[in-house]
Amino acid sequence: MSFPQRAASALADEQLRRNLGNATATITQRRAEAVAELPDWSQLRAAGAAIKDQTLNELDQELLRFEANAEAAGAKVHWARDGDEACRIVAELMHARKAKSAIKVKSLTTDEIGLNNALQEAGIEAVETDLAELIVQLGNDSQSHILVPAIHRNRSQIRELFVRSFAGPELTDDPADLAEAARLFLRKRFLEAGVGISGANFGIAETGSVCVVESEGNGRMCTTLPELLITVMGIEKLIPSWRDLEVFMQLLPRSATGERMSPYTTVWTGVHADDGPKEFHIVLLDNGRTDVLANEVGRQALRCIRCSACLNVCPVYSRTGGHAYGSIYPGPIGAILVPQLSRLETGRSLPFASTLCGACEDVCPVKIEIPRILVELRAEVVRYEREHGQQRAERGAMRGIKVVFAGRRRYEAGQRAGRIAGRLFSRRGKIDRAPGPLRAWTASRSMKPVAAETFRRWWRRRER
Amino acid sequence: MHRNTGYDREASILAERWQRVFADADAIVSPSASCVVTLRETLGDEIPLYELTEFLTDRLGVEDVGAHYPRRVAYHPTCHSIRVLGVGDRATRLLRAVRGLDLVKIPREQECCGFGGTFAVKNPAVSEAMGSDKLAAVESTGAEVITALDDSCLMHLGGMLDRRRSPTQTVHIAEILGTIEGAEGP
Amino acid sequence: MTAREVVLERVRAALASASPANSHEGVPRSYRQQHEASTDRASLFADRVSDYRATIHRVGSAGEVAAAIAGVSQIEGIRELGVAPGVPEEWLPASNVAAVRCPDPSAASANRLGGALTGCALAIAETGTIALDGGALSGRRMLTLIPDLHLCVVASDQIVGGLPEAIGALRPAVANGMPITFVSGPSATSDIELHRVEGVHGPRRLHVILLRGDE
Repeated sequence: MSFPQRAASALADEQLRRNLGNATATITQRRAEAVAELPDWSQLRAAGAAIKDQTLNELDQELLRFEANAEAAGAKVHWARDGDEACRIVAELMHARKAKSAIKVKSLTTDEIGLNNALQEAGIEAVETDLAELIVQLGNDSQSHILVPAIHRNRSQIRELFVRSFAGPELTDDPADLAEAARLFLRKRFLEAGVGISGANFGIAETGSVCVVESEGNGRMCTTLPELLITVMGIEKLIPSWRDLEVFMQLLPRSATGERMSPYTTVWTGVHADDGPKEFHIVLLDNGRTDVLANEVGRQALRCIRCSACLNVCPVYSRTGGHAYGSIYPGPIGAILVPQLSRLETGRSLPFASTLCGACEDVCPVKIEIPRILVELRAEVVRYEREHGQQRAERGAMRGIKVVFAGRRRYEAGQRAGRIAGRLFSRRGKIDRAPGPLRAWTASRSMKPVAAETFRRWWRRRER
Repeated sequence: MHRNTGYDREASILAERWQRVFADADAIVSPSASCVVTLRETLGDEIPLYELTEFLTDRLGVEDVGAHYPRRVAYHPTCHSIRVLGVGDRATRLLRAVRGLDLVKIPREQECCGFGGTFAVKNPAVSEAMGSDKLAAVESTGAEVITALDDSCLMHLGGMLDRRRSPTQTVHIAEILGTIEGAEGP
Repeated sequence: MTAREVVLERVRAALASASPANSHEGVPRSYRQQHEASTDRASLFADRVSDYRATIHRVGSAGEVAAAIAGVSQIEGIRELGVAPGVPEEWLPASNVAAVRCPDPSAASANRLGGALTGCALAIAETGTIALDGGALSGRRMLTLIPDLHLCVVASDQIVGGLPEAIGALRPAVANGMPITFVSGPSATSDIELHRVEGVHGPRRLHVILLRGDE
């Protein structure tokens, strides 16, 4: 299924539309207020974009620097060419300790590689500990928003899920009660867990440190309590130095949740005797990021710090939700990342799932030129489909239009033909059912026929 | 349209032909912000190409064009004109100087109307949903007319209004600015 | 070839094929390096902490610190407080709550504590943030994570204006491999219909004791 088909069915879901509309409008408003507090917001954006670009331009050296410093502090660094390899590394680390279960912090990267399923196949249980991820996991569902993944579920649906999975029937659907039930259920797992798995918001090359930003405290639980901690990190998460955090810690929380700071931000380096895990492994993940890096325009997408501001402000996403994009990464950032990560094998309809309105670029904290990349990717999709013999009708139409518009006599003949066709198809001066691809237009709008007189003829007549 | 849908080769051919056709002009004025934007991106800034409101306010230094248009008009700031062209308040300044015109602001005016070029036919359901929401916002102002710098958005909204048999009309800003007393337009 | 070699090779090939953007320009750092408040930092900090619905206690001496701690412990019914090793004696209440120095580093025993008492490495006025660096005053991470209540003493001269100053001041700790935790309010979630619910997994109650020196 492509985006247009999934989007059409998402639009029909009234509750999703309402929830999404409210959520995105609320977060967008909060973001605007939080950003307005900072007089140097545009300078911070400029710095953030430049820091990311600089890192990407020297990514091989920065990766080596990160590895050296992390290992000097007691971490062990692994490299994974793709998602399958990363999953194997994690499973092997757990098998080596005969560990059967792990507690997990929300991580888009681990979702991207399907880690939970891979571990399950290896006989290992991975328990999600973010409230929303827990809801999604219990509901055997998939996420619909990067930051608020269970936004498509309301409180009574969540209550039902909890009662079915671990809670008693006396549980109410009050949000505070639901959070308390989840807390008790998970606390037991936290205190007993032997293995924690996390992603990373940032990796710092200068010190070999890893940074995780969160609200609930489960991230701290997963990265502090277990004896073995495994962090899976995309190679694009690196920043060069500790100092650079002063920029991103201002950009990220305000863009993501409209807060001055998220409740908890943790930065740890290697292993520390007496405080935290005794063993720490970092898995550096490629999985298509080097393909994005090779795209001169598209590589800006690797600056992304996963704040989701672009999702919240997107008029398409805020009406269709994440499922319509068919990927872990939805919305504007998804539309530019997914086709690149997969080398156009998947997500080819995503660059077209946009009106190019530019609202996303306005709010991106690292100034990714999303509309420009969307247009670039559209051209790549057209080339790809030409090479694979697809979309002949559209190509023919586009070429046909070009041919008509490229020659004066052909253009005027085209206008005459349009006027005649218009008379055939119009009633009351409007066209209500146009043929071919224009049928999609007339499904919900009427169309004016071509004007009876061209501007030039009208002008000449007036002058006389 | 070609450039934005991924048909680069065709777009370049058309742009180059356009440049030849208009090579002799001192000034080229276009009633479409999105065309101006695309041509500037493809051919550079040196060409004396202006969007209509740019031409009036920047090149001619005029805000009051002597127009008369006694209707309640909602101005729809199109995405290309505000975000890419940077039209700012040129259109509203020109509209405010029109005699008899009651200019109203559309709630959440910066949100896209859903036309998006080929988006309207490739993603018709979403396009319609966005258009409906925009029309609901316009309706809340009591406006009789919606105007904009891009006829494409107006075609989209106007087509929907017509399908609903709504009395609200869409009129391009050029038609409003060109209306003088005694010859009130559509 | 190992995965490491393959990935590095891919990165190099990608960089060789696409000419890097802005490769000669450095990072523009014209954002504010100092965040000076129009009111004094301690007041701004106190305001921002209250915004997060943490409780703030303003005191002027070590004795008052102890009294505040005693008061909170009584109201919250805390009998045993885990205390960070560097917390000065003068802060500890004389009676009504047992102060456990250097608590046993197991999660189970931390779970039995009613609360934790620590100082901090520094605090940030603009964001109402407390920074812990795993050192003597901050205590180990588990201490400020498992017990349900966190009592944190912040001296007014520990408060910096904004993030750039804080990050700069914490550099030595990071260089020494210390884990840094930035705490901005009690734990929270907005995951159920976007209602913010305070208190999920970290300490659900955060009390900040703001110790003002001579100003």
